[in-house]
Amino acid sequence: MSQPTVPPVESGPPVASPPEPSDSSVAEPRWHGVMREIVGGSAMISVLAVVLAMVAGGILIALTDDKVTAAAGYFFARPADLFKAVWDSVSGAYTSLFQGAVYNFRRPGFIAGIKPLTETLTFATPLIAAGLGVGLAFRVGLFNIGGRGQMLIAAACAGWVSWSFELPYGLHLILAVAAGIIGGAVWGGIVGLLKARTGAHEVIVTIMLNFVALYLISFMLKTPGLLQAPGSNNPKTPAALPTAVFPDLLGPQFNLHWGFIFVIAATVYVWYLLNRSNLGFQFRAVGENPNAARVAGISVNKMYVYAMLLSGGLVGLAGVAQVLGTVTTGFSSGIDAGIGFDAITVALLGRSKPWGIFFAGILFGAFKAGGFAMQASEGIPIDIVVVIQSLIVLFIAAPPLVRAVFHLPKPSGVRLRRPRAQTAAVTK
Amino acid sequence: MSIQDAPLQHNHPDSLPPALEKTIVKSWKAPIAYGIFSIIAILLFVVFGREGVSGFRLSTDSDFVQIPTIEAPTRATDIVLTVLLLALTAYSAFLVSRDRPVRLWITVVFAILFLIAFLTWAAAGATIPVPGLLVGAVGLSVPLVFGALGGVISERVGVVNVAIEGQLLAGAFVSAVVASVTGQAVLGLISAMAAGVLVSFVLAAFSIKYFVDQVIVGVVLNVLVTGLTSFLYSQVLTKNTDLLNNSATIRLPRLPIPGLSEIPIIGPVLFRQTIIVYILYIAVAVVFFALFKTRWGLRLRAVGEHPQAADTVGINVARTRFWNVSLAGAIAGLGGAYFTMGSVGSFNKEMTAGAGFIALAAVIFGRWDPIRATLAALLFGFASNLQSVLSIIGAPVPSEFMLMLPYLVTIFAVAGVVGRVRGPAAAGKPYIKS
Repeated sequence: MSQPTVPPVESGPPVASPPEPSDSSVAEPRWHGVMREIVGGSAMISVLAVVLAMVAGGILIALTDDKVTAAAGYFFARPADLFKAVWDSVSGAYTSLFQGAVYNFRRPGFIAGIKPLTETLTFATPLIAAGLGVGLAFRVGLFNIGGRGQMLIAAACAGWVSWSFELPYGLHLILAVAAGIIGGAVWGGIVGLLKARTGAHEVIVTIMLNFVALYLISFMLKTPGLLQAPGSNNPKTPAALPTAVFPDLLGPQFNLHWGFIFVIAATVYVWYLLNRSNLGFQFRAVGENPNAARVAGISVNKMYVYAMLLSGGLVGLAGVAQVLGTVTTGFSSGIDAGIGFDAITVALLGRSKPWGIFFAGILFGAFKAGGFAMQASEGIPIDIVVVIQSLIVLFIAAPPLVRAVFHLPKPSGVRLRRPRAQTAAVTK
Repeated sequence: MSIQDAPLQHNHPDSLPPALEKTIVKSWKAPIAYGIFSIIAILLFVVFGREGVSGFRLSTDSDFVQIPTIEAPTRATDIVLTVLLLALTAYSAFLVSRDRPVRLWITVVFAILFLIAFLTWAAAGATIPVPGLLVGAVGLSVPLVFGALGGVISERVGVVNVAIEGQLLAGAFVSAVVASVTGQAVLGLISAMAAGVLVSFVLAAFSIKYFVDQVIVGVVLNVLVTGLTSFLYSQVLTKNTDLLNNSATIRLPRLPIPGLSEIPIIGPVLFRQTIIVYILYIAVAVVFFALFKTRWGLRLRAVGEHPQAADTVGINVARTRFWNVSLAGAIAGLGGAYFTMGSVGSFNKEMTAGAGFIALAAVIFGRWDPIRATLAALLFGFASNLQSVLSIIGAPVPSEFMLMLPYLVTIFAVAGVVGRVRGPAAAGKPYIKS
């Protein structure tokens, strides 16, 4: 750490620093490095990062396994025992992870065998939606850590519509979904508006709004007439009416619901928005370089507001999928289930590209579904999944580290970014 | 030192044109804010005032000097206090209209009067144990202050520290395990610092060596530490609680300071605490002094404000950042030890419960200044303890809104409603030596 090393080519320095100091509402050079990380990385690094994180998780599982510790006690007497114990614990864990996430060979018949895969997709549904929201914000140079708050508000809005009105099938569902998305969009839009108007940093505002939403929802859950189920003293909402619940996608034997179709549609929409629409072009221009975008006549502040509205709406869809798809019997303040934070890792793994996020969401959904199976069959706490996920993101964020571990050569495609960054850094 | 200080002071009076020196910006912000709070006071305390007698118990049973409980008629007291608030509002409006500044002491007096009026209103028909309220507030504030000090150092040197939560949690976990296994409190405290430093190492390595975005590393580190500690707690600690997570061994004794601990109100609050709290008093003073009065602090701030300039005069930016982020981790880790060794005893899953983020809020609300950040942390701790005391005495205040307060205040602060907030210029930006 003694010498600041020459920056690796693709994990770039921030591009042009703005002439104004950092309190200027649009001067956001720090995200540019992120953008480059996310957009410019290679698929190889992603795969290797997953492998590396799984290896680290395996080491952790082996180290904390009782049989391994016991075998290590007489290592010099019978060293083979230790290796066998390590192999047993790690392979057992990852086998049950796979069987809980993809296909269970122990169950008879294809329907029972494939059920884990549908569970994976069910878990992936909110992850993809929220990941799209976070990823969209990334592309505009914004960091939306407010997934938790936006999901909670969206869940409350969608939930309230789902049990307060008696409406026909179809219409009720659409209204409930719309209410949730609007709720999330408003909660996200506050952030965009504050950033555009006052220059308040979105990271701080979203973190704080998470807690505001949490306490707001807790209060409403405790107060009769707001969100609390009538005739109950628990901080829990009533169940959603069947007219507002996502129908099962593959029949009643699977938990997978129509929310997944909504999420596929959202992925296509975000892809279209970013890659084919005028608004998406402006979004990306602002994300690449807000100053250049402003010079080109794009209203940067407006883009921040729109981006946070859309981002909040997409994260809101995740909250909707939770209350109308997964937990339809009434929910409490833990309905977000950490998805708001998982979404950040999903967006980073998917490198902020819609289809990348889609598959990253499915991978993390698989980790979640498999994690529960692993906890049930092997007794390994599901928290290991959180460890693996965060390690994946850490490794992906630092390609030079992964390359150093695997002794990979530096990529040959040299992009000449460095001189620009140098001048920018000096003329700050 | 004063010559070295000069480049950092942008608003040096000599450099200003003479015409600007006499310019006084007329700001109606303060009178307007006072006015809003006065209206709230009139509505809450007078129009919807509560009848009864409000009690304030000022001493605990074990005190050497016993002060009788103050009992005040709720409505009359509140009316008097509201009139005083209105008078202060009028006075501040008068000052502004005469182009005179509204001094800080007016705000302080206004806030204290409003608080007393609120407590009187909330305590109608009940008694508030004032020492208990303050002891609890200090207890809740201790990890926040440690976290905020760590945050201030880290951000002042130019590395945004969102990982305070992770550092606190790591400190809490490791200190509990080490103190439980060895039975040595000192080892527990040192290992808590080491755990915070370890988290900092990752933050520093990724953000300084690999130029990864600091906020992303911070967020991911929080998740990583949460996952790791929860995993190890379920997998290892719960299987052998007596050895690894024994609250009887972990918990530190309270050490009353002879003499000082007998001062009414202040004694029980400040001087009947565990060793961690006494370390905290020293830490706040040392960090403040070192940051603003020593060569180390000057270099640290220079690196955070303008790394190019610092580099030009021969300061090693990467090394300065690395070691100071590590130091920040050590301080935050010590705060984590308070969760286990200082209060509850045993470690529990996710026991920091967002304290790291409140600490971050305190850093911003305290404008990256150790003393102000400490005061902000104390304020937040007070707000959250007031909430629990009020719910115990049955005051009609929804506790959620009191808990929301620190976060709302921070949003207002960063949105510029409560004064302008500007952080170190180079915080969050990786420095690439050219």
